[in-house]
Amino acid sequence: MSTTASQNAVYARIRKNPRFAELVSKRQGFATLLSIIVLVIFYGFFMVVAFNPNLIGQRLSEGSYVTIGIAAELFMFIFFWVLTAVYVKRANGEFDEITAEIVRDASKEVK
Amino acid sequence: MLARLNVALLGLLASTLSFAGDAISATEKQPLNLHAIGMFVLFVSMTLGITYWAAGRTKSASDFYTAGGGITGFQNGLAIAGDYMSAATLLGLTALVYTKGVDGYIYMIAFFAGWPIILFLMAERLRNLGKFTFADITSYRLNQSKVRTMAAVSSLTVVCFYLVAQMVGAGQLIKLLFGLDYNIALFVVGALMMVYVTFGGMVATTWVQIIKACMLLAGGTLVAVLAMSQFGFSFEKMMGQAVSLHSLGEKLLFPGTLLPDPITALSLGLGLMFGTAGLPHILMRFFTVTNAKEARKSVLYASGFVAYFFNVILLMGFAAIIIVGQNPEFFEGGQIGGKIVGGGNMIAMHLAKAVGGNLLLGFLSAVAFATILAVVSGLALAGAAAISHDIYARVIRKGKATETEELRVSRFASVGLGLVAIVLGIAFEKMNVAFMVALAFGIAASANFPVLILSMYWKGLTTRGAVAGGYAGLVAAVLLVVFSKSVWVTVLGNAEALFPYDQPALFSMPLAFLITFIVSKLDNSAEAQAERAAFEDQYVRAQTGFGAAEASSH
Repeated sequence: MSTTASQNAVYARIRKNPRFAELVSKRQGFATLLSIIVLVIFYGFFMVVAFNPNLIGQRLSEGSYVTIGIAAELFMFIFFWVLTAVYVKRANGEFDEITAEIVRDASKEVK
Repeated sequence: MLARLNVALLGLLASTLSFAGDAISATEKQPLNLHAIGMFVLFVSMTLGITYWAAGRTKSASDFYTAGGGITGFQNGLAIAGDYMSAATLLGLTALVYTKGVDGYIYMIAFFAGWPIILFLMAERLRNLGKFTFADITSYRLNQSKVRTMAAVSSLTVVCFYLVAQMVGAGQLIKLLFGLDYNIALFVVGALMMVYVTFGGMVATTWVQIIKACMLLAGGTLVAVLAMSQFGFSFEKMMGQAVSLHSLGEKLLFPGTLLPDPITALSLGLGLMFGTAGLPHILMRFFTVTNAKEARKSVLYASGFVAYFFNVILLMGFAAIIIVGQNPEFFEGGQIGGKIVGGGNMIAMHLAKAVGGNLLLGFLSAVAFATILAVVSGLALAGAAAISHDIYARVIRKGKATETEELRVSRFASVGLGLVAIVLGIAFEKMNVAFMVALAFGIAASANFPVLILSMYWKGLTTRGAVAGGYAGLVAAVLLVVFSKSVWVTVLGNAEALFPYDQPALFSMPLAFLITFIVSKLDNSAEAQAERAAFEDQYVRAQTGFGAAEASSH
């Protein structure tokens, strides 16, 4: 992939901008946090399936066919999707505004 | 040209009408389903019309590979859902819930949970760094020839196995649903796929996938709603009857034979989650959108549709236990609890017929066929891109090929892949191809995903490390599947499997990471130093999108 000299100059500018470090640490921190939440819940559930399968079939209440397993999975489908919505909202709003600002500043200074 | 194609296709269908008469030879072949054929012809005409329109708009390489990068997030979300949910999803997972209950639901969450991770860790970097193939990203600062060759080899391996699994499934399904001969079914699927991809490129493929996703969502919802209406829309009432009627009884609510031990459960979870994040045809869809914003939205919509549809399938599977499982019409010889007419994969179809008659059966059959076409088209395009963009343009011609030359190669490659798919589909007709999907996900998780994620996140990655780790993951995944029960015992006829699990990811994926890491660490060549230094600029571009491939203007 070839980059031009002016592009490289912009990259160098961006790197020096403290706002860039701020953006990266904020967004990466947020994405990492959400990933850990998903991974912990998902593999936690799989650990229960693997080591304590009887818990999965326990009913939530007497006479109901909604089991812990079904409820937990439905919760995961909904909760994980809500997390993607939360991330998209923040990344497409707050984070993209900072990004646009950083790129604008760096491009301006180079020219 | 289009009119001629249509005529040819109708001719092909008409000629198969005469085959229906001698259906005695194939026991499983169903009588010709006219509703299904009518709706299928409608779908094909519509998609060929779109292909004709798309062909006029497919002029540059960027049009061909990524629809000019002008697809919106919502469209791409639908297309990803259409690309990801194969006929195996609709038929196989419904059957899984029908036979094993909650096990099927556990399987589905593993198919779903990869999506949030793709969004959080990959989506924006993919869009900001990639252009046509994911090898654009892995080779961004590494040796173009070596890394692209490795990526293309593993991409093509994944594509071929996935393609064969789809083709064999397609042939058997169409034989069942439409009463067409297996070989003819393969030619129809292969020919349509070649036409979509060769003439319409990514524009046509995207729209085929979008239409198919809408049909699938509508068809599944309709069947589930009609089925649920028989229980007064009460989940409790339906489950009560399902548990009392099913041979497993209460065990329907517990994890069972699908995940017999912790290692299988864990390996499956890993393989499905990270395999999704390494499938070349799925990754390619991220380059079709305008920017990182739209890439993120794609995942939001796609994961919403996938999650919704998996829950629809759960309802269909449980409802079928009562509606299909208690109806002698759907059992061979009218023997309830005996062999299902047409085999276990037909549960969803029988359910459609039971709740909506021949018309709904016809519609769902057309949906299943459309689903196969959409998935194989996406696969063929990803395979063609690996051949023309990575191997031909970058490795063989070292980036000196003109766009016209590259496009010509990609079209030949699409036709070639179509022929390979037909030939392999015929060769594997009698074989159990279930292992091929596990293998495709296993290779994607072991060969593609580790190198891809490290190239985006780890400064220390070098060419030697990437190549060693990528090939190690590929070889390990293939060998472990060959030594597993599904190949070593079922296909090769040995007495005992050398590798006791079906999904290799738990072992081959960490191995790929480890080898990539160690070899990169030990690499002190001048090239390696330069590659590490180049990470800084790549990192800024990945984070900000500055310098990323722009949408071509139309």
